[in-house]
Amino acid sequence: MLELNVNGRTHSVDVEPEMPLLWVLRDHLNLPGTKYGCGISLCGACTVHVDGEALRSCSLPVASVVGKKIVTIEGLAPQGLHRIQEAWIAHQVPQCGYCQTGMIMSAAALLAKNPSPTDADIDQTMTNLCRCGTYARVKNAIHSAAGVSATPAAPGKA
Amino acid sequence: MTVNLSRRQFLKASAAVGGGLALEFSFPLDTPAANGAATEVNAWVVIHPDDRVVIRIARSEMGQGTFTALAQLVAEELGCDWSKVSAEFASPNEHIRRKRIWGSMSTGGSNGVRSSQDYVRKAGALARALLLQAAAARWKVPVRECSVDKGVISHASTRRSLRYGEVAADAARLQPPAEVKLRDAKDWNIAGKPVQRLDIPDKVRGKPVFGVDVALPGMLHASIAQCPVFGGKVKTVDAAAAQGMRGVKKVVREETFVAVVADSWWRANEALKKLKIEWDPGTNGHASNETIAAMLREGLADPNLPQAHKAGDVKAALASAARLVEAEYQSPYLNHATMEPQTCTAWFRPDGFLEVWTSTQDGEASLTAAARTAGLPLEQVEVHKMMLGGGFGRRGGAQDFVTQGVTIAKALRGTPVKLMWSREEDMQHGYYRPASMVRMKAGLDAQGKLIAMHTRIACPSILAYLGYARGAANIDFTAVRTLADMPYAVPHQQVDYAMRNGHVPVGFWRAPGQQNAFYRECFIDELAVAAEKDPVQFRLGMLDPGDKNRLVLEAVAKAARWGGPLPQGVHRGLAVVNGFGSYTAMVAEVSVSAKGELQVHRIVLAIDSGYVVNPDTCRAQAESNVVFGLGSILYQENNVKDGRIVESNFHDFRLPQISEMPKVETVLVPTGGFWGGHGEPGILPLSAAVCNAIYAATGRRIRSLPLKHHDLRRA
Repeated sequence: MLELNVNGRTHSVDVEPEMPLLWVLRDHLNLPGTKYGCGISLCGACTVHVDGEALRSCSLPVASVVGKKIVTIEGLAPQGLHRIQEAWIAHQVPQCGYCQTGMIMSAAALLAKNPSPTDADIDQTMTNLCRCGTYARVKNAIHSAAGVSATPAAPGKA
Repeated sequence: MTVNLSRRQFLKASAAVGGGLALEFSFPLDTPAANGAATEVNAWVVIHPDDRVVIRIARSEMGQGTFTALAQLVAEELGCDWSKVSAEFASPNEHIRRKRIWGSMSTGGSNGVRSSQDYVRKAGALARALLLQAAAARWKVPVRECSVDKGVISHASTRRSLRYGEVAADAARLQPPAEVKLRDAKDWNIAGKPVQRLDIPDKVRGKPVFGVDVALPGMLHASIAQCPVFGGKVKTVDAAAAQGMRGVKKVVREETFVAVVADSWWRANEALKKLKIEWDPGTNGHASNETIAAMLREGLADPNLPQAHKAGDVKAALASAARLVEAEYQSPYLNHATMEPQTCTAWFRPDGFLEVWTSTQDGEASLTAAARTAGLPLEQVEVHKMMLGGGFGRRGGAQDFVTQGVTIAKALRGTPVKLMWSREEDMQHGYYRPASMVRMKAGLDAQGKLIAMHTRIACPSILAYLGYARGAANIDFTAVRTLADMPYAVPHQQVDYAMRNGHVPVGFWRAPGQQNAFYRECFIDELAVAAEKDPVQFRLGMLDPGDKNRLVLEAVAKAARWGGPLPQGVHRGLAVVNGFGSYTAMVAEVSVSAKGELQVHRIVLAIDSGYVVNPDTCRAQAESNVVFGLGSILYQENNVKDGRIVESNFHDFRLPQISEMPKVETVLVPTGGFWGGHGEPGILPLSAAVCNAIYAATGRRIRSLPLKHHDLRRA
């Protein structure tokens, strides 16, 4: 049995120590918001926070995160929306949405460390892949959540 | 606003181990009204007593925004309060039982809005008429004296009003009028507006909306290995090493694949890696890039090809031309690489009914595939349509993942099984954009006018591979479009088509046939250079006044200030293409460093889709087409060696990153009177616009992609 701290709660899971955190979250803790995309730490769809760091859970053996604070998209703002999620809605960022939970986790970690990232900071940090091509809106939404609105949020409510 | 994935899906959230969400299943209900006191006014419109409106959507949502756009169109005609609208997918099983009441469920070809707008608007208008009739009947006044605003029906002279929720049950019992008048686009209040998408709030919260998110009590997980050589089979399987592994329940061996079923996907996949599988490659084990290129080249040389288009006398005109230009272009196979791998959950229920959950571009095709695989009548199967983690054409015409998912679950009757492919399987078992080769020969007269063009196309047929009808002369229109139906006034034309199919599965990859747009618009650029004419003027000279291609070309030239000054080192290229119902023109601005490194700075796209249902979604699709296309321009290709695909994951099939995203400016110029698409047209002019800009920057003419094989240093 391994003890995991996920989204502020302690869970006991009976899994192999080498099982990647991603699969513990998805198949054993019923937290499917974290996605599988490549399994080799490239795409970032599986991004979660481990002690505040945005990490790719597909390549993290679960034993390596015992005793650490894990936060998934489900726990990012349990009582509502994180400002980055609000910005994501305001800028209508997601298309298919599959990579977006990973994007949001990466962006939230970036803002926690760097309250007003430049375009270059975003380019360097946001290495998550998106097949739909939401990148321009991702950038705008991060700037807007940081309070430095590069371009105004386009869509409004009818 | 919330998304009801389907009222028949009943993926009910409940407290589960770990405080996360578990999805619970309950059986479908037979009568639409049985779910609470909501009333089905007609198949598209369900109204709750508290005025909440649920709009049923038959097409799929893969990020393109159709889920919201169709709801906008229905709501526009219905005259309800948009803030009370949610949407749900129509049930494919009910669709069959109600004699295909929702029209087409197929979602491809940028058809989602444009080829259902008429009947969904009519459904909204009919529902509105019924609701008005019901109110008029209750007040005993003529219906013409009643009006509606945001779901509130009023009778002005008596100052009475009724809400939609109050009369919905009455309305459902009335006979609908034979005809209704649809609203003019200039009067739209909900359609035509950049309303926020209905599916986004759940997506930013990480709610379980995708096929891979399905979780059912007692569900098992499957990972699959398919014969790496297309057309090959399983020869032997030694499962000894996997049998004792933790959580492993079963090894399923079929003719062309082996799957391991376990209590988590990781365990299934780890066990799968331990299997010793010997494959029988069949007859294709020696196929390679070289054999495929030879096949296409043989096609180009075939003297007896059928003609996809013919006008005038191309042979004589070429013989008399003042100047001849000839070029050969080619493109590789390309995978869709949806971020969500192929997936299907299937459960043979104890009562004999089959339930399927999947990310599909065609709910009815999935239902048909599932029923056929299970040996059940269609009525005994339900397909729960989930949100797609990308589609781009992968999940429509081919339903291989459904067939496999149902086959695996059949081996574990009574237990739900979720099949998900690994990224490696997904990369190596696609339905690829066909590799193709084109030879074009054109004649210019003494004034530099294009008078003749002879095009030969060698390309595998998607329609043949997927078993669709191809019409007379065995010509696949997806392989010849854009070249066989040029808008340019060229008096002498001939387009020959060599169907050369090979063994690699081919399918509809975003804007099928868009390689031809790359070939044509680059070649036209070559001709403009040969004629010493400006690329815009050269094209305008061949487009009739009033041609909508002309209109978007002029619009993009104006928006991009064609001919105006540019920053040092930045160069422009341009293309104009129509397709999928719309007209597009694009200007690309690029620079190429001394080392030959390309940067795409800015893309300006003008698009005329007739009408625009959601301008923000249309702009998002333009951005999407640019990034999707950019990957294919810069990096992507699927090579064939020893009968199989070489690439296996995103390290050797690269997607552009955020740092490579150009600025995209979209100019919407809807001229009305027709309905065009947005999911694909934006990609059509991209490759040519970028490569024409590279020519302007370097003097290097790019005739094959991806660019990673080209030296882009100034020639």
